[in-house]
Formats: sequence, structure tokens, C-alpha cells
Amino acid sequence: MLIRYLGKRIFFMLISLFLIVTATFFIMKAVPGGPFTSEKNVPEEIKAALEAKYKLDLPLHEQYFEYLKGVITWDLGPSFTEKSSTVNEMISRGFPVSAHLGAQALLLAIFGGIILGVIAALKHNKWQDYSAMVIAVLGLSVPGFILASFYQYFFAIQWGLLPIAKWEGFEYTILPSLALSASPMAFIARLTRSNMIEVLGQDYIKTAKAKGLHTFTITVKHAIRNALLPVITYLGPLIANILTGAFVIERIFGVPGLGREFVLSITNRDYTVIMGTTVFYSIILVVMILIVDIAYTLIDPRIKLADAGRE
Amino acid sequence: MERILEVKDLQVSFHTYAGEVKAVRGVNFHVNRGEAVAIVGESGCGKSVTAQTLMKLIPMPPGEIKKGEILFNGEDIVKKSNKEMESIRGKEIGMIFQDPMTSLNPTMTVGNQIAEGLIKHQNMSRAAARDRAIELLTMVGIPQPEKRVEQYPHEFSGGMRQRAMIAIALACSPKLLIADEPTTALDVTIQAQILDLMKELQKKTGTSIILITHDLGVVAEMCDRVIVMYAGKVIETGTVDDIFYNPQHPYTKGLLRSVPRLDLNRDEPLTPIFGTPPDLLRPPVGCGFTARCESAMRVCQEIDPELNQISTTQRAACWLQHPLAQNRAGS
Amino acid sequence: MQHLTKEHFEPISVDLRQAEEIKRPSLSFWADVWRRLKMNKVAMASLIFIVALIVCAVVIPMVSSNDYFTTDLAGKNKKPSAEHWFGTDDLGRDMFVRIWYGARISLEVGLAAAFIDLIIGVIWGGIAGFYGGKVDEIMMRIADILFAIPYLLVVILLMVVLSPGVGTIIIALTITGWIGMARIVRGQILQLKSQEFVLAARSLGADSGRLIFKHLIPNALGPIIVTLSLTVPTAIFAESFLSFIGLGVAAPVASWGTMSSEGLPAMKYYPWRLMFPAVFISVTILAFNLFGDGLRDAVDPRLRK
Repeated sequence: MLIRYLGKRIFFMLISLFLIVTATFFIMKAVPGGPFTSEKNVPEEIKAALEAKYKLDLPLHEQYFEYLKGVITWDLGPSFTEKSSTVNEMISRGFPVSAHLGAQALLLAIFGGIILGVIAALKHNKWQDYSAMVIAVLGLSVPGFILASFYQYFFAIQWGLLPIAKWEGFEYTILPSLALSASPMAFIARLTRSNMIEVLGQDYIKTAKAKGLHTFTITVKHAIRNALLPVITYLGPLIANILTGAFVIERIFGVPGLGREFVLSITNRDYTVIMGTTVFYSIILVVMILIVDIAYTLIDPRIKLADAGRE
Repeated sequence: MERILEVKDLQVSFHTYAGEVKAVRGVNFHVNRGEAVAIVGESGCGKSVTAQTLMKLIPMPPGEIKKGEILFNGEDIVKKSNKEMESIRGKEIGMIFQDPMTSLNPTMTVGNQIAEGLIKHQNMSRAAARDRAIELLTMVGIPQPEKRVEQYPHEFSGGMRQRAMIAIALACSPKLLIADEPTTALDVTIQAQILDLMKELQKKTGTSIILITHDLGVVAEMCDRVIVMYAGKVIETGTVDDIFYNPQHPYTKGLLRSVPRLDLNRDEPLTPIFGTPPDLLRPPVGCGFTARCESAMRVCQEIDPELNQISTTQRAACWLQHPLAQNRAGS
Repeated sequence: MQHLTKEHFEPISVDLRQAEEIKRPSLSFWADVWRRLKMNKVAMASLIFIVALIVCAVVIPMVSSNDYFTTDLAGKNKKPSAEHWFGTDDLGRDMFVRIWYGARISLEVGLAAAFIDLIIGVIWGGIAGFYGGKVDEIMMRIADILFAIPYLLVVILLMVVLSPGVGTIIIALTITGWIGMARIVRGQILQLKSQEFVLAARSLGADSGRLIFKHLIPNALGPIIVTLSLTVPTAIFAESFLSFIGLGVAAPVASWGTMSSEGLPAMKYYPWRLMFPAVFISVTILAFNLFGDGLRDAVDPRLRK
């Protein structure tokens, strides 16, 4: 059963990825003019040589098959603007940094969000609840790049507590992680709170209370566990949120990650890099969502794999 | 006879956005050792609130015990702290809820849910608690208990879940078992099995039972005494025979007329009680049943009747018992 | 106790059937929603803010003596003053008017994206939910696959290719944005379809189009409107995000995102250049979110948490 379910999921994942790669390729090819039209005064022969190097002289469908082959063999081609490096090199340079920042922000978001949500639910309609929810709605409403600028302004410029930018040690990671985690944290907090309130109203909490269990035991063993299970299903979209949020956060804080590389490639119209990183990000996200879904079906005893495939 | 529980003038309110809902408005009753007492009444009459207040399970706030005493083994539960309540709940008083589908934690094995109370109240080790859980599952008639103990509630049928609930409630051999509509959510055939099981276990363990129900059939089958509640008050109490064969309050009579009975004339049609109970946000001044009562008198609207002794075992709160009303008896 | 007399025991007539009467006056669904919404102070304040924002965005650029494109290099980076209420930017343009032009862009993008999502989502989800079976399976599978592609990546990709402008942003935002709405509509329709009144309408000879648009959609309206109201802030957010990374509207028009992006490097010395657009983006998104939350609570009080 598990094998069949996995097979089905992986099959649809591959279809999604294939569509993403194809769409990315043709969208990029639809750009009016070639990538070198902006570089004026390029002699014809050099242009031809360049086009040969980037395989632009081939017919479109052959370029497409070449590109597909490249993606499968994990060779995303050279960069247009940084003549010396390839997209693969850029990813292996930038992604570890982005992954570090993203993981830190994700952990912060999960723990912070759960704590806020649980407190709000336990103190339902008291000031703790209201303050937690004010924080959460602000976190959802204030865009990451604005929050990042404000952190820089206050923590770095005004109070000089933390470095304003760059990536040279733990203290450099604090502000970007905080800025990046705000919106997922707010989301988790709201979700946890509403799940907790629902769970706390369930009959089995009354049963647990009727057994004479301590409030703390009930909260931890019966309520939080059940309230958090649905939160897991949202981890996939949250990872997506953090990855895309990192585009601006990395730019603002001058973090040498893949997100900043991506934004730079957009500004420079570096098409192979845009294509390559898009494909790379999509793979990461689709795989993450798959892992999260599988983890959920394994953790929740109620889910039978037979109906887990459809929702 | 020894009174294990005595409730005196209990008043419980809920503070809602619309105002104070007086859910229980001065309830008195007692339960003797080894006795099974039924509390009957339609939805919203305060029977469930009363039952949950006995274990202080109502959420406070919005709930509040306004007044009254709940003497359990001579000690007043109302005055107990949360900490003290923890050592009474599950150990001295067990409780079974209405819907076995939602009363068990879906993500914890049934065995662990039974074991929790044992570990807490009897300082058992996990292994000992597990063995005891298997014994308890056997006792409530669940086949293959060694296998079942590791399963999750969704792998149990409705009747089996209620059996598991009974095992949880009886795990620490409580002196009092409160069953809040234990059979309402079950199929009719399963209902009978669960009632039989409860009866049998009561005989075996000698525990007292308070059975909350709106089903008079259930009452006749397993209880010694009946308490009829209406609009947050006790309006009649008596032995099962008193209530079934000599009901005094028009509401009790109405309840009996609205259920089919095998022992009476089958040609007699069933008659429903018209109307709905009063809104306890604005409780009526007089008798709560006046608006629905065929024998209503002027006094019923103005003054709430008190419980009058009818016989040594039976009491009823109705102005029809008053000597001045006796003139027009027969109605 | 009061003395009781014989009169007290006179029978009174009780019309038993009257006891069945419903005491509270019945309100229509939307009147009830409006009543609950009005009680929610936060949601009402948000609504007032949104209306005021729309009015100002329309009126202020028309009546202001400044415009958004005239540069004045002598008067650049000026602090807020009587002449320039929000100061000037690095080209000496008046920030106050630019903010309200930015508001126009944000609102246009937010409302248009929400509206297009609504149209596509209702049609797609309505058809899938109504016909069910294979049609549903195929349509929702397509939606699932599209949904697996990260939203902002698609939008960024499209923005890179298409020429910059408000219309482009709206197209980019709606290309996968409708899926959420389609899912909601489908879920509602599936649930409603099985209810008796649909069977009744069908047995009276209503055709499918009539059933979908006259019977099913109106009954699914609550969740649809709530989703709609929460799409607006998402779109406003996405627009400011795009503008911030340089994929927004073209100069000299500026959205709040562009202004924030331009204000960022000057934050240390001219903080107002970042502060005003930043506050406007945040408060606007906040107001739409709070209003959407309030609306959800009002439409479905059971969801109230």
C-alpha cells in the first residue's frame, strides 16, 4: 500500500516537474530578442560564436531536448553574464548559505509560532491571546522586506546591537532569520491557536480531565499533539514561503545566498541562471512537499494510505 | 443507608455574550452507596451541566457555581481546589460521556488511554498499567484484549469504544460512576449490550451510578430511583415504580405519554409535549412548565412551587399538589 | 410566603401551539452577517480605512498642486514639510502625491486580481464540482499540478518575460492565483449538490446552468466572498514584492514597493523615504486582513475562534 501510494505521488511529482521545466524553457525562449541584443556593438562573428557556445544556433526543439537532457544529468549550463561560472557552480556556492538561513528561519518560525499559538489558545480571550494575535496579524501583514528594513534601522543603525549586513558569523544571521521567519511564524501561530481551541473543546479532553490528569499533562499529551498534526501539512507551503521570501531578505542583508543570486540574475536578465535556479527551486519545493505529506501520513494513525492520495 | 453523594441547592450559571444563562437553578438530590439513580429530562434541562458540575468539569469561566454544596463522602467538592479535584476525578468518581466517537483521543492507543489514570492514581509502572488495561478490556467484554490494547480508537466500532470508555472510567474502581447519556449515540442493539454491561459491572463492583438520560426505557431497565429535571430544577423524584406508575407532575406524565410502553394499552396514541422549554437567559418567575402545561393555573405564573413530599419515597414540585388545587382534582 | 387564595388556583388557558412560536425575529442571511460585522469594531475600523484609502487614492492626485513625475533636483531628499507633506525623494518628487498614485496601483492590482481569480475560480470550481466524476478528476488534477508550482516563482518568471506594467502584474498574479478560489467553490458545490433543494429544483426542470448560477453559487457565496476579501491583500503584497525586486511598474510611475526599494539605501539619512511607503503597504494589507477575518467570523459564526 505504501509502495503504491509512493509510486503515485512520485509519478505526479515528476509530471509537475516536467511541466515546470518545459514551461520555464518556453517562457524564457519567448523573450523578445535574443539574450545578446542588449549588448550593442557586438561583432557578428563574436555573436555567432556566443550563440554557438550557448547552443542558441540550434532549432528550438533541439535546444529544448538539450535542455531537458541537461536537467536530467544535472548540468544547467553556463551563465550568460558571469562568463566564467556555470549555474551548477552558482547553486553549489549559494544554496548552502540559503539553506542555512532558511533552516534557521524555519526552526524559529515553527517553535515561535507553536509557542505563541499554544499560549493564545490556553489564554483564550485574555490579554495574552490578544497580544499574540496582534503579533500574528502584524507578521502576516507587514511584508518581509519592510520588516527587514526596520530591523536594520533599529537594531543596527539606531542601537548598533547587531551587524547591519553581510554573512560572517552567527550574529550576522540573527536579523535575516528573524525577518524571514515573521510571516511563517505568524501563520503557524494562527493555525496552532485555532487548532488548539478546537481540540481543547473536544470531548476527549473532557475524558482526560475526568481521569484526573493534571492540566499540564492534558495540554501536552492530549491537546498539543492533536493540534499540531494538521500544522505539519502546511510545512510544505511554508518552506516555499521561506525560500521565496529569502529573495528579498538576502538582497537587503547582503547575504551571499542563492536568493540574492536569483534576484541579481533577474536584474541582469541572465536567462540561463533564471531558468536554472527556477528549476532548482521547483525541485526543492516539490520534493519537500512530498516529504512532508509522506511524513504526515506516517505520523497520524487515523490516515489510511488508501485514501491519502486524494483529498 | 449511607449517602455517598448529596447535592444541596446547587446553582450553576454560564456567562455568555447575551447575558447570564441560569442552567441549574437550585438542585437538591442524593445518591446512596451502591444505588443507581437516573436524572431524566429533555435537552437543555440542565441534567448534563449538573452531572459535569459534580466533577467540576464545566469550563469556568464561562461557567460558575453560584451557590450550593456537593457533598461527596461528606466533603464539599465545590470548595475543593483544582489539585484536590485531580485526585478525586478518575479515582473516586469516574465518568462516561455520550459520544464514544469523540470521547477518545484519536492519536493515542486505547491501552495508553486506560493506563494514564492507573499510572496517575495508583502509581503503577507502565508495564503493570498495561497488564491492568488488558484485564479491564477483558472485563468490559472486548475480545482479543492483548491486540486491542495497542490499537487506536478508529480501529474500534462504536459499541467497542463505549466499552473502552467504561474501562477507562472504572479503571481505578471509583465509588461513583457518572454516565452522561452513555447509549444515546449507539445503535439500539448495542445500547442494550452496553446497559447490560453496566448493570453487570455495578453488581460486581458495588459502585453507585448516576445515569443521565432522556430515554425512559433505559431508566426502567437499570435504575433504582429517578430524578426528573426541567428548566434547571428538579421537578419530581421517586423510585422507578413511583415515577412510572404514579407520576405527579404534568411534565413527568407528559414524558411518559410520549414514549411507547409495552405494559399499557397499546391503542392509546403517543402524545408529544408541545412547545419548547423556557429560555434560561430569562428564567420564568413561576413554574417553568406553565406555558406548556394543560393544567396551568394563575399561581403557576407567579410563584415557583417547591418540592412536596408525596410519599416516603416520592416528591414533586407542582401547585396541583396544593390543597386549594385539590378541589379541581381529576384534571 | 405570600398568602394564597382560591383565585390563585383558577385555571388559565394556555394556547399550547403558541408555545411553538419562534421568539426572535428572523433575519435574512446577509442582514445577519451585516449585523454581526457591525458589532466587530476592528473589522469596521478596517472597512472605514479601506473606503477612505480608495477615496483618497482617487481624489488626492486629482486635486493636488504637485504631481508625481516633476523632478526638482534642487529640492531633493527634503524632510516632510508644509509644502511636501511626506517630503521629497532623491529626484525631488513630491512623496505625498506619489504615495497616492502608489495607492491607486496597489488597489487596482489587488481588486483586479481578486476579481479575475473570482471569475476563473468560480467557473472552474463550479463546473468541476457540479459535474463531478471524470470531469472533476481531470480539472482538479490540472489545478493540483499548477498549484505545485511555487506561486511567486511563476509570477517572477512571467514578469521577466512580459513587458512591465500594471496589466502584466495582474496577469502574472492571476495565472495560478485562481486555484485557491476554484478549490473553495468546488468544495462548496460538492457539499450543496447533495442537498434536497437542488434535487427539488432539478425535478422542476431547471437546467444545469440555472442550477449552478441560480441555486448553487448563491448558497456558496459566503466562503467565496471571504476568500475574495483575503485575495486582495495577497495580491497587494505580491505586487509590492515584485516592485521591490525590480519587476514592477515602469518609472516614473511608482508603486509602494518601488518607493520602498528606492528608499532602502537612503534609510540611514532620509528614513521618511522608506517609512511612508512601508507604513502604507503594511497598514493597507493589515486592514484587508483584519476585514477579511471579521467577514469570515460574520459569515460563519461557528468558525469564530
